[in-house]
Amino acid sequence: MTSKITTNDLNLWYGGFHALKHVDAAFAANRITAIIGPSGCGKSTLLRVFNRMNDLTEGVRTEGTAFIDDLNILDPATDLAALRKKVGMVFQRPNPFPLSVYENIVFGVRIRGTKSSRDELDAVVESSLRSVLLWDELKSALHTPALRLSLEQKQRLCIARLIAVKPDVLLMDEPCSTLDPQATARIEDLMRELKAGYTIVIVTHNMQQAARVSDDTGFMLLGELIEFNRTEAIFAAPRDKRTEDYITGRYG
Amino acid sequence: MERYFDVELDALKKDIVTMGTLAQEAIHASIEALKKQERKLATDVIEHDHTIDHLELRIDEKCIDLIARYQPMAKDLRFITTGMKINAELERIADLAVDIAQRTLELVDKPMLKPLIDIPKLTVLAQTMIRDAIESFMKGDIEMARQVVLSDPEADRLRNAIQEELISDYMVKDGSTAPRAVQLLLIARFLERICDHTTNIAENVIYMVQAEVVRHHPERLTDGS
Repeated sequence: MTSKITTNDLNLWYGGFHALKHVDAAFAANRITAIIGPSGCGKSTLLRVFNRMNDLTEGVRTEGTAFIDDLNILDPATDLAALRKKVGMVFQRPNPFPLSVYENIVFGVRIRGTKSSRDELDAVVESSLRSVLLWDELKSALHTPALRLSLEQKQRLCIARLIAVKPDVLLMDEPCSTLDPQATARIEDLMRELKAGYTIVIVTHNMQQAARVSDDTGFMLLGELIEFNRTEAIFAAPRDKRTEDYITGRYG
Repeated sequence: MERYFDVELDALKKDIVTMGTLAQEAIHASIEALKKQERKLATDVIEHDHTIDHLELRIDEKCIDLIARYQPMAKDLRFITTGMKINAELERIADLAVDIAQRTLELVDKPMLKPLIDIPKLTVLAQTMIRDAIESFMKGDIEMARQVVLSDPEADRLRNAIQEELISDYMVKDGSTAPRAVQLLLIARFLERICDHTTNIAENVIYMVQAEVVRHHPERLTDGS
């Protein structure tokens, strides 16, 4: 398996708070990796290292390395716009722009100026919506305000918006926590469809979801990556007692 | 942290241990019936088997119910899934006790073919193995489980010795002994099968405790792992 994202002795501090401690990890390409752990364990912080979202927080300091392919994420010289094109992020609450479905999808493409003709943009909209299985539902409503869509449609649209700019990595921070079980199942199916073309890292509190949807799972506790393994091994026979205590509900 | 789930798992464990006790009692009674040539004891084993069948179903339902309601993970998941397998093995062991009782009914009115020597030895081995297998399950004792698995070849050896003796010393020399000898052969076979099922229980205990599959991997029992 090829590693898409690697970290080596990665440490992160929020001021004096040591939020990530000596994290060594390798996230495989074209697989879904789940990061689980109790609230405050550092899982979202780790995810936000990969697109440098933590830069937005004052007093953040990092040590160690994090790479996507050969790109040194933490190098101050790294072009953040280029990094965030390569690494898209889906959030807990879908956050479409207050624009039409069509304009949401072409927004990133327009900013980057890579495609400009109407035909080219139409093609991007169709292929992106097809990728998230929304095309049939929305092809006749492309100019409807995105804010009128259902929660699930909004989340799919946000994923389509990322796909339009052709990232390599999709980071998902609790992407289903506001969705009902049926919508959750459909987003999970979509993740399985997408992994052929993307490397997906999902942070979730829902251990059943991690067990269902991911290929690999990392368990974090108090800023440390305690255990990282194939998902079936983590959930059937974890090696570390702390992992076992957490996933069996004896901890946290 | 105390979990209500643990109360449910403890109740399940008690039911499986009860199942083991009933299976042990069935074996004991069926062999006592053979040794004492007591028809009543043999028919009791056959008639009481439905109690064990009923408990097997209840345990199975309980396991499925716990999986559905709690979506167990890790050692909880291993406990419940191996509990289901152990439950099925115990039910088969009890069925084999019934088989022994049925063969015994064919023998109770006839003179003993020979003094029973190796069959009681095989019985003691089977009873020791099943007792230790259940205890290893109760305590999560993998060393005890490992010893059970390592005892199985002795059961095979005793069964072969019984078979050899019955065929060479009785059936070949005097064909009129065949009807009784065949019953004893079958009883030895059933006892050896009980030891096989008990071995399966012990292998499941090892998986339950340390998540290592030793089924079909005998080298894992002796390489110190």
